[in-house]
Amino acid sequence: MNKALSGGGSSAGHFRWKRPPFIANPVLRYGLLAAFVVYFAYVFNTLEVNPARIARGIPRAMQIFSSAIPPDFSARGKLIFTGFVESIQITFLATFAGVLLSIPFAFAAARNIAILPIYGLGRGIIIVARSLHPVVLGVLFVKAVGFGAFAGVLTLIIYTLGFVGKLLAEAIEEIKHGQIEAIRSTGAGYFSVLVYAVLPQIMPRLIGLTMYQLDINLRASAVIGLVGAGGIGNTLNSAFGRYDYGTASAILLIMIVIILFAESVSSRLRRFTK
Amino acid sequence: MLEIKDLVKSYGASEPVLKGLNFSTQDKHLTAIIGSSGAGKSTMLRCINRLVTADSGQILFDGVDLLTLKGKALQRARRKIGMIFQAYNLIDRLTVMENVLSGRLGYIPFLRGAFRKFPQEDIDHAYALLKRVGLAQYVNKRCDELSGGERQRVGAARALMQNPSILLADEPTASLDPKTSERIMELIAQLTEELHLPVLINLHNVAQAKQYAARIVGLRGGVIVFDGKPEELSDEHLEKIYADKKELDEQLHPHPEQSR
Repeated sequence: MNKALSGGGSSAGHFRWKRPPFIANPVLRYGLLAAFVVYFAYVFNTLEVNPARIARGIPRAMQIFSSAIPPDFSARGKLIFTGFVESIQITFLATFAGVLLSIPFAFAAARNIAILPIYGLGRGIIIVARSLHPVVLGVLFVKAVGFGAFAGVLTLIIYTLGFVGKLLAEAIEEIKHGQIEAIRSTGAGYFSVLVYAVLPQIMPRLIGLTMYQLDINLRASAVIGLVGAGGIGNTLNSAFGRYDYGTASAILLIMIVIILFAESVSSRLRRFTK
Repeated sequence: MLEIKDLVKSYGASEPVLKGLNFSTQDKHLTAIIGSSGAGKSTMLRCINRLVTADSGQILFDGVDLLTLKGKALQRARRKIGMIFQAYNLIDRLTVMENVLSGRLGYIPFLRGAFRKFPQEDIDHAYALLKRVGLAQYVNKRCDELSGGERQRVGAARALMQNPSILLADEPTASLDPKTSERIMELIAQLTEELHLPVLINLHNVAQAKQYAARIVGLRGGVIVFDGKPEELSDEHLEKIYADKKELDEQLHPHPEQSR
C-alpha cells in the first residue's frame, strides 16, 4: 500500500476519524448539556405538568367541541356581522394610515439616504414599534383610549409601522445608486431626488407590502379584539364568556374563510406589481 | 469656461486617483478623454459635477469654484452641467417623458416635480428633444421596455433638457454593442455641433475618439500625459497612455468586429 495513503495516526495503519464536535471545549460542551437538563427538570416540576390534569382536561375539551358543533350562525347573526364589518374597517383604516406613516420613517431609517442622527432616530422608532406584540400594544391602547375600535386602529397602525417600516427601509437600502446620481446631477434638490430616484424603485415593494399587511392586519384585528380593541375579536370573546360555543365556532369558521380569501387576493395582487 | 487646477482625489487611504490634474477648455467641441481603467477618467468627470468630492484643487466653471459650493448654489451649478452615464441610469419604472422631464428638476419647485406639473414649455422642449433623438413614439413607454441604445438616447435627452452649458459623458457607449455604440457616438457628436456645446467624453475606444473628437486628452495614473488634436496622437503616445501591454495591443490592432 502507498505510504502516503495509509498515513494517519494509529500504529495499525488505520486513519481514525470522528466528526469534530460542534463545541470543541469538552467542559463547556458537557456543562451546557448538564445545565439544560437541570433547568428542564426544574421547570417541569414548578409548572406542575401533570398527566392526571391532562386526562381530566380531555373530556372537558370534548364537551366544548361537541357543543361547538353545529356552529350557530343565526342566534347572534347580527352581532357576528357587525363584528366582522368593524374588523374589516379597522384593518382597512389602520393598514393605509400605517403604510403612509411608515414611508417617512422608512426613508429616515435607510442608511444610504439619511444622515446618521436621523437614521438612528428612524431605526429606533421602528425597533420600538416592532418589539411590542400587537396584543401588548392592544392592552396599552385599550387602557389609554378605552375599549373599542379606536384602540384597535391605533394598535394596528403601530404594528404596521414596525413591519412595513423595517422592510421598506431595507428595500431603500438596496436600490440602485446610479439613478440617485443621475437625478442629483440634474441639480434636483434632496426631496426631488427621493421622489424621482428612490420612490419609483421601491414602489413594487411598497405595493406588495401593503397587500401583505392588509392580510396580516386582518388576522391581528381578530386577536386584538380579544383584549378589548374592537372588532370580531370582541364578539368572539363575549361568546366564549357566555359559554356560547356554537356562535364562537361560527365566528372561527367565517374568520378562516375570510382570511383564506384575503390571502389569495393579496398574493394575486402582489404578483401584478413589478 | 471650465478650468481644472491641481485637482487631487483619493478614495480612502489608497494612492490618489487624480494627482494634481490640470485641464481647461473654452471650445464648444467634443473632447475625448482616453486612458486605461483606473487612470482617473471617471473620477475626473464626477469631480466636475460633484458626484464625488475632490480632496483639493479648483474647478472653475464660468468663474465660480465648484468645489466651494454647497446646498442650493451647488444645485444651481449642477443643473448647468449635463451628464450621460455608462449604465444610462434612467429611472426604469418611469416613462420616457418623465425621465426626460426629470432634467428640469433643478429648475422647478419640489411639488411641481413631485406631481408632474411641469411648465408647458418644458414639455414642448422635452417632446422636441425626444423627436430629435428619434423616440417621439415612446413618450409614454416605461424605460425598462427600451433597448440599450434607446435608453442612452433618453439619457442624452435628459441631460440636454437641463439646458446645460457643458455636457459630460462617462463611457456612454461602453454598455452597447458596436453598431449601436457607433450610432450613439454619431448622435452625441451631432448634438455637440447643433447645440454648440463643449462636451467632455470618456472613451475606451481610441478609434472612436480619433473619429469624433476635436481634441484628445490622454490620462494615465491621474495626470494628463497627452493633450492634442486627434491627428497628433501617435502610437508612441498611446504607449505612454496605456501602460498595460495587452490593452495597448487591443487599441493598436483592434479586432475587426470591434472596430467597424
